Amino acid sequence: MSRYIPQKAGTVTRYVMVESPTVTPAELAIRAYEISDGVMIKETCFGLAINGEEQVVTDLIQKLREIDPDHIFVKDRGFLPGDPRRCRANLGGARPGFHGIEYETTVLPYISAGLAELRSRDAAAIPAPEQPQEAKKLDVYRLKKLIEAQET
Amino acid sequence: MAKVFIYPATSLILSDLVARYGHTPLSSAIAIRERIQTAGIESVPLQITPEEPKKGLKWAAVEVPSGVRGRMSLYGPMIESCDAAIVVDDADFAFGCMGCARTNELVRYLIHERDVPRLELRYPKSEDEGIRFVAAIKRFLEGLGGGK
Repeated sequence: MSRYIPQKAGTVTRYVMVESPTVTPAELAIRAYEISDGVMIKETCFGLAINGEEQVVTDLIQKLREIDPDHIFVKDRGFLPGDPRRCRANLGGARPGFHGIEYETTVLPYISAGLAELRSRDAAAIPAPEQPQEAKKLDVYRLKKLIEAQET
Repeated sequence: MAKVFIYPATSLILSDLVARYGHTPLSSAIAIRERIQTAGIESVPLQITPEEPKKGLKWAAVEVPSGVRGRMSLYGPMIESCDAAIVVDDADFAFGCMGCARTNELVRYLIHERDVPRLELRYPKSEDEGIRFVAAIKRFLEGLGGGK
């Protein structure tokens, strides 16, 4: 077992994802480079990965959000941008976590619509979504019947 | 500012909306970051050391697989420290190459056990559902108070 010495301890990394008809990740990256101050920025196909001091990253993201607030989404990331333990350049196939982002990207247009709508409407006036139903489990008696039917 | 546990803990949408409305999302990335940024023994890829399944014994019994206990060492402290929780029920991607169905069941059970405000939803499948989804989360988070 070897010793592990972390790189850039005390910093935060955040993903900035853009799902916009008017702003591309490249444009967002250029804007981020223009206004950034001592942070590491990596451009990706879906947006940016930004690493730096927490307050600096938060301020930068706040400014980036102003470009298209309803279509820019942010989440934390545990690893540094390009970390060899996670980066696809060093591993085969999709990075773990990609599938979650891939799925949620299909939902983002609906979220953007909701954010845009709430600029002009009060959230209290909008009806609540349907409550998720409890998934129906297989009844034990039905299971017994199935087993018996299989055996005969 | 309330600490809001999100399920799926890797959700971009929930993480963004919680932060957008002024609260702190408790997600997997926060727990992983703590481990990635702490010096110790090298244990690639997630810096989950043999100590983690031992810590997980607080939430899962010893006969439960170490994978569940190791995951619970990430999620358990966050569930215990959260002030509220948002759960999306139909997140199929929470089970897959990195997810564990049994851990997910335990996480949801522990959220139910905690006496904290909880919002349960499904992913929207249309614009109208999207508006309701965002409005429900906004109302819930504003109801917690203390948002920025």
